[in-house]
Amino acid sequence: MAMTTPTLQAPPALATTTEPPAVRRGLIAGALAFIALFLVMPLAVVLAEALRRGVGTYFEAITEPYTLAAVKLTLIAAAVAVPLNLVFGLTAAWAIAKFEFRGKSLLITLIDLPFSVSPVIAGLIYTLMFGAQGWVGPWLIEHDVRIIFALPGIVLATVFVTFPFVARELIPLMQDQGTDEEEAAALLGASGWQIFFRVTLPNVKWALLYGVLLCNARAMGEFGAVAVVSGHIRGVTNTMPLHIEILYNEYKFAASFAVASLLALLAVVTLVAKVLLEWRFGHELAHNRGR
Amino acid sequence: MSIEVRGVEKVFGNFRAIHGVSLNVREGELVALLGPSGSGKTTLLRVIAGLEFPTAGSILFDGEDAVTRHVRERKVGFVFQHYALFKHMTVFNNVAFGLRVKPRADRPAPEEIKAKVDALLDLVQVGQFGNRYPSQLSGGQRQRVALARALAIEPRVLLLDEPFGALDAKVRKELRRWLRGLHDRMGLTSVFVTHDQEEAMELADRVAVMNRGRIEQVGSPTEVYDTPATPFVYEFLGNANRLPCRIEKGRALLGGTVFTEAEKLVDGAGIAFVRPHDIEVTTERLTLSIPAVVRQVLVAGAVAKIELSLEVEPGMIEVALPRGAHWGAPFTAGQKVHWRARTARVFPAADGGAPAAAVEVEPTTLK
Repeated sequence: MAMTTPTLQAPPALATTTEPPAVRRGLIAGALAFIALFLVMPLAVVLAEALRRGVGTYFEAITEPYTLAAVKLTLIAAAVAVPLNLVFGLTAAWAIAKFEFRGKSLLITLIDLPFSVSPVIAGLIYTLMFGAQGWVGPWLIEHDVRIIFALPGIVLATVFVTFPFVARELIPLMQDQGTDEEEAAALLGASGWQIFFRVTLPNVKWALLYGVLLCNARAMGEFGAVAVVSGHIRGVTNTMPLHIEILYNEYKFAASFAVASLLALLAVVTLVAKVLLEWRFGHELAHNRGR
Repeated sequence: MSIEVRGVEKVFGNFRAIHGVSLNVREGELVALLGPSGSGKTTLLRVIAGLEFPTAGSILFDGEDAVTRHVRERKVGFVFQHYALFKHMTVFNNVAFGLRVKPRADRPAPEEIKAKVDALLDLVQVGQFGNRYPSQLSGGQRQRVALARALAIEPRVLLLDEPFGALDAKVRKELRRWLRGLHDRMGLTSVFVTHDQEEAMELADRVAVMNRGRIEQVGSPTEVYDTPATPFVYEFLGNANRLPCRIEKGRALLGGTVFTEAEKLVDGAGIAFVRPHDIEVTTERLTLSIPAVVRQVLVAGAVAKIELSLEVEPGMIEVALPRGAHWGAPFTAGQKVHWRARTARVFPAADGGAPAAAVEVEPTTLK
């Protein structure tokens, strides 16, 4: 086969798209150095700093009640924001990819808004809406509904900043796939739900998974927007990123790095989950891409 | 099951894709919708299938209105141009899909589904590929799987959109013959869309020639080829020389010479169509013949193609002679000859020589 011949002896005439070995090695080394400098080293530093005072201090730091409260809050915020944006992303992508309607391009632009707006502004929007001096805030406070400086505010801010991830991942794929398979399913007698669960969803499940993973990573790591709405009440409205900053500002470096390593670990877990799924279902993935 | 298309119109925004089309497909018939791209043939097929809702008109299956019935209740077998196989399912699961989505009460037992799918896969000659994914099949195999999937729900109507469009010439010919056999064996009523006239001629019982959202003519392959109803059909089906002429007293004149009858036509400008193989070429003058000069002779296979230079418009005509006829005394470039049309068809020309529809065809009246 054509694929095995170059390994035997590649004639120089075939080498039109390959570079000299020196260039190849140089490029690879450059890329690796860059990754080492900007990705691996900081992670290593976080771990090293966290463990500098020993394993005992490390565990003390991460089992401290305020830290546990922060972890819990972060997980709750992500657990609410991710499913919300999963449903929203799917419906928006479905609508955009499968139907023609007025204002479609406006909707696509609006979905991207959280990417172009600074997270701090996102936080401020909700503070101005629901805060004590805000538009609906006083009424809410009268009725004993707390949004700002409480869990709902944090969830709202998180939903806002993670809004585009799932939709953005799905729209180009669904547009590319068109509606042929859905039409074929309908002609074969499938109902709307059957078409969705047996045809549409399996076709986009990988993009959906990537979208959810990215969305989750951002939901857990969001700082700016959450910082504005949270009020930094320890043990109540502090998420992990906020907690790390407070510990750092109080010169508790070992503790702050310990919590940081925990947050980094959550990110690593999501990445490993992704790799495992890819490895497990790799062959199916390949068929999905081919037409 | 018979299909009746009655005055169907389809408008997309401000584009009218189909203008009041009517067509009858009898039970057991295989009808081709033939036309250039953009002629509305695929849209018409999708309207029949229920994938598009007609703006006006109705579709009747066995005399019963089908427009109000949802796609999934029409029980129509549909084969898409690019097959639209479910990429994430194996071939077996693709074919089983239509059986598995049935409401629980009508759903066959798993063993029954297995037996039926296996039989279908054997029928379309891909029995050994049940566990493969569509991406692991060749174009012809995918086409057959798409067909098996459509047949699984036991449709009485089979609709095919450019069924052989994406296949290479050899596979196309084989599949064509095979599909014809399948249609006859299963007693289906089928409609297929194609832009390939050869395919339509070879496969179909009747051909509906479409142009710009209208059906120009419906008839058997020989009918539409031998007696085209409109200039468009003449030019679209096979080669034809297009000769601008004058009509005077029921005769067509080419550069002052009468060359054919044009009965029942009003005096004025006209367009005559002559097939290359309906032209006689001789060295001596005949009645109704017109002088010309041989420009080029091309012998290709069984046919000798001769290009003649004319002194009048259009300046050149193409003649096809059986090679045997050309053999004895071959024509050579530069030779002075005479030619005449054995048969020709004249249509009145609209302004500027563009042919107008000779007769407004009412498709239902043409059988």
